[in-house]
Amino acid sequence: MARPTPLLVVEDLHVSVSDREILRGVDLVIAEGETHVLLGPNGGGKTTLLNTIVGLPGYRVTRGRILFKGVDLAGLDIDERARMGIGVAFQRPPAVRGIKLRQLIEVAADGRFDEAMLADLVGELSLENMIDRDVNMGFSGGEMKRSEMAQLLAQAPDLTLFDEPESGVDLDNIAVVGAAMTKLLKAERAGMTKRAGLIVTHTGHILEYVNADVGHVLYSGRLACRGNPRDLIAEIARHGYDKCVECAICQM
Amino acid sequence: MPDVSSGFDVQARIAEIRTLAEAARDKKAVYGPDLDLSRFNAARDAESVESLESLEKQVKEVALGVGIDTKEENRSGTYFQVDRTPIYERVTEMYGGKLEIMSTAQALELYPELMYEKYYWRAVAPDKDKYTAQVALQPTEGYFIRVLPGQKIEKPIQACLFVSENNISQNVHNVIIMEEGSEATVITGCTIHPKVREGLHAGISEFYVGKGAKLTFTMIHNWAEDFDVRPRTGIVVDDDGTYVNNYILLKPVRSIQSFPVARLVGARSRAVFNSIVYGLADSYIDIGSESVLEGSGSRSEAVARTVTRDRSIVYSRGRLVGRTDDCKAHLDCRGMVQSPQSTQWAIPDLASEGAPGAELSHEAAISPIAAEEIYYLMSRGVPKDEAVSMITRGFLDLEIPGLPPALKRQIDKALEETAKESL
Repeated sequence: MARPTPLLVVEDLHVSVSDREILRGVDLVIAEGETHVLLGPNGGGKTTLLNTIVGLPGYRVTRGRILFKGVDLAGLDIDERARMGIGVAFQRPPAVRGIKLRQLIEVAADGRFDEAMLADLVGELSLENMIDRDVNMGFSGGEMKRSEMAQLLAQAPDLTLFDEPESGVDLDNIAVVGAAMTKLLKAERAGMTKRAGLIVTHTGHILEYVNADVGHVLYSGRLACRGNPRDLIAEIARHGYDKCVECAICQM
Repeated sequence: MPDVSSGFDVQARIAEIRTLAEAARDKKAVYGPDLDLSRFNAARDAESVESLESLEKQVKEVALGVGIDTKEENRSGTYFQVDRTPIYERVTEMYGGKLEIMSTAQALELYPELMYEKYYWRAVAPDKDKYTAQVALQPTEGYFIRVLPGQKIEKPIQACLFVSENNISQNVHNVIIMEEGSEATVITGCTIHPKVREGLHAGISEFYVGKGAKLTFTMIHNWAEDFDVRPRTGIVVDDDGTYVNNYILLKPVRSIQSFPVARLVGARSRAVFNSIVYGLADSYIDIGSESVLEGSGSRSEAVARTVTRDRSIVYSRGRLVGRTDDCKAHLDCRGMVQSPQSTQWAIPDLASEGAPGAELSHEAAISPIAAEEIYYLMSRGVPKDEAVSMITRGFLDLEIPGLPPALKRQIDKALEETAKESL
């Protein structure tokens, strides 16, 4: 069987924020159709890796590179990366006064969405009370995540980055968010089976709702180990991150 | 408003207005750059038209840009003035007997005693400053609109004050009377012919909102980079009356200074001011509003959104004066600064005068466009320029209630164009 085509290739990535080195040589390959999970303690660099892939300013690549669909992302703006097929669900997206969620869904869809599809999306994610409100303005934690999912389902990226999708979300909403993530990553419709994802989580709760193929622990700026996500989480739960990175699974 | 002879001495009042105005000829305004009025020429006569459709295409287009539909679709009546001449006045058939539209000069002839005694120069003083004096001494018409008691005029009334000649002074005096229980929406569009570079528009507006009446007044301004504008507006609201003022300025101007004052004399009377201002080029814009809360249970709310670009200077003022114990009012002025050469002032000003129970509050903020909001939109594939334009438009979009949908679309379009052009 042919190896799946790599979608995202991160090579020896070093990233500094305000002259402080946060990532110190990250290597990561995500192939088409794969969902990876990024575990790690707070401050370990998980969000830094995501934001660097997205292209947010302030994340300075000092060494290494990121390839997406074989193209080096260096020098490409956030919107160019988005149009190439990179999507992101922010942990705490900003409120934007005067811009309705509906508008943002429409721009994210870039003409691919019609009224019926929008109506389906509204129903699926229970957006009835949010769709005509200023985006994220006074949204609860769960509403914010559902709004992010709606925008991403409209955007339909090839690679979706999820930053702590379960944070600040109650149980009812986690299930809805998890279902949306599954839809995004494993789009049932023909021709869309190559989608990939990278999920940042430090609790791992979201994995009860979303299947992931590979787990990594980002520790002190490096990917310290790789393994089955559930095994890694169980190990971390038992021994904590410090021991986890020394454990047998990681040393394999 | 049948003009029963009240025995009011009209001639004495005319002489008094004249004396007051003469004394104020050189009186500088409190706010805004001082103008030398001698440099403007007198406005000339224009020709009347039978139908607005006969106006030249360019005039129709710019009129549409300030909310004036020359096809008069979905309008209950129209007043159209060019320079010093009312060229067209019409009340559509459906609203005949419910509504009066004419020039103020005609109204003074028709109702001299009532006008001079109660309405003309009663909400704005002729000696307020040199601009009121100029209008008092050299008036060039203006509109008179009266909605009869109990009449609800569903379709907007439109009034256009148009300047067609370069460097003239258009000194209009407008009066709106909302009789008891009446309701109407008035759209006033003030603009110029594209060939006009400079000039002055001095406009007195006196609005009287009767018991239980409601006036929604929307003014759209569209001037030129060397044009000066000095409106002077006074509003009096009676018991249970509501006055809603929407002001929109999205194009460059040399200077504009406007500070309408609403006196809420009636019990439970209410005033709402919404302003959307886009400071462009070298515009000097000094706008604001004052609500004087005198009637028991009176309420006021003022919301302003201002954006400055280029080298523009914007003052956004709001004054609330509480004079009764159970009044309540709030100001909300937010400014967004988008250029290092521009200046913004937000000046909230609250006073409680002998009213220990008055509740007056304000929120004023000036901030840049938030970078994280731009990045957020970009992460959905929106290019940076478009993201800035969308956020600016959103910031200025007040969702003004009561705007006719067509006018709302025009404003949205103008906002979109201005946001795009300014990038």
